[in-house]
Amino acid sequence: MSIELAGVRKAFGSRVILNGISLNVRDGETLAVIGYSGSGKSVMLKTIVRLLEPEAGTVTVDGQDVATLRRRDLFAMRQRVGYVFQFAALFDSMTVFDNVAMGLRRAGMREADVAERVAGSLHLVEMDGYEGRLPAELSGGQRKRVGLARAIATRPKYVLYDEPTTGLDPVTTAVIDGLILKMARELGVTSVVVTHDMKSAYRVADRVAMLYEGDIRFVGTPAEIQNVEDPVVRGFIEGIPELAQEAGT
Amino acid sequence: MNQVWNTPAAWVGRSAINVAAGFGRFGAFVASIGRGGADLRTWPQLLVPHMARLGVASLPIALFIAGFTGIVMALQASYTLTGAVPLYFVGVLVGKTMILELGPVLTGLALAGRVGANIAAEIGSMRVTEQIDALETLGYDPFAYLVVPRVLAGLIMFPVIVAFANTIGILAGWATALNLLDMTTPEFVRGLRLFFQPFDVTFSLIKAASFGLAVTTIGSFFGFHTSGGAAAVGTSTTQAVVVSSMLILVLDAFWAVVLL
Repeated sequence: MSIELAGVRKAFGSRVILNGISLNVRDGETLAVIGYSGSGKSVMLKTIVRLLEPEAGTVTVDGQDVATLRRRDLFAMRQRVGYVFQFAALFDSMTVFDNVAMGLRRAGMREADVAERVAGSLHLVEMDGYEGRLPAELSGGQRKRVGLARAIATRPKYVLYDEPTTGLDPVTTAVIDGLILKMARELGVTSVVVTHDMKSAYRVADRVAMLYEGDIRFVGTPAEIQNVEDPVVRGFIEGIPELAQEAGT
Repeated sequence: MNQVWNTPAAWVGRSAINVAAGFGRFGAFVASIGRGGADLRTWPQLLVPHMARLGVASLPIALFIAGFTGIVMALQASYTLTGAVPLYFVGVLVGKTMILELGPVLTGLALAGRVGANIAAEIGSMRVTEQIDALETLGYDPFAYLVVPRVLAGLIMFPVIVAFANTIGILAGWATALNLLDMTTPEFVRGLRLFFQPFDVTFSLIKAASFGLAVTTIGSFFGFHTSGGAAAVGTSTTQAVVVSSMLILVLDAFWAVVLL
């Protein structure tokens, strides 16, 4: 059982973002979803936890159709899916400790256990000792790490990463990529990583899927995508827009 | 084809559809508040901090406005009534007007600016920075976490603030009568008691509660439906203040028709 999208269509007004995409995330793998800015990568991620509802198609998580879940079951499902937001989305009025503890308190964990789990989660992302800081006192990379700690605090089965390395310097990017691999290795999570950073995608992914103009253009291993002949995919991964434009005309 | 859609009739039609859609969104929003109210694991522990924040922070501005309104009421009553009716009618006007109208309405309008804008900006910022989405992914109902405690805090604290404002307004009017109008305390109190009915206080507090409900619900609504960036937060804040101020005046007339 894993995450499956079948014929998912999502539009905002007359603008079609996802045009009936189908994609399967296998248990235990890290799937990188690449594509141009505005290609619908984040929209796809949000449909998995029903932050956005598709007009057509089905999204299933562990065999449950997300669209038909009652609210209580939806919240229970969301606790099995950690979500790392593009700009961390930390609660700015709360300390790092309280941010990471939010999901645990919701799950009804005792306060003593909450403290232990928060410390453990911050240790995993190498943010020990930052419990009392406010998000405003953290750098961009640190905020992303705390966002990751918050996502994995409840020990979810899945973690969805929305542009986890956008806006970071190359060294911090490599550190975040290392953490994504660490989460997969040490916690055994199944991950979906939305990114347009090909170096990151090659580093973390078991498979790579490319979204292009509302459709899945390619799915394969990092080795396969590097040898693909489709000019749209080549244009994107090699950063040559002319290739993609020629293919489109 | 485009020309057809740019006619005044088309503009009126589009506007009507937008207004109807807005009412629809608001209806769904109110229903979601009701659903959030059933989540007793979330909002009860947040209610008291919101009441303290809303009440304590709003009191100074409410009392400042009420105090100066009481002074002006006493002076204007004296100016209008001198030579026509006995001066103790200053007490009648100050008391009646503060309790029935100026206390709740001026406080409500001031708090529409202060509380309504604050709620819209806070929730709107959370919306555009995906903090509301984050709440949902952590298993929280954002209505139970963000909206219900704020709305209940407004419903409970507005009457308390208005009660203080009424009291300060009347005390300021009394002090003005004593020091600037050569009235005595017995004269002022006589006027104050002449047409006083206990229902006046009930009326004042019912109005205040309805204003609290309106300001916090409207602020939350516009905050929740913010989309875009910082400019959108500004727009939502302005809309929240304008709409809740208008709603206060509509409710003021409504309660006068229904209860008086």
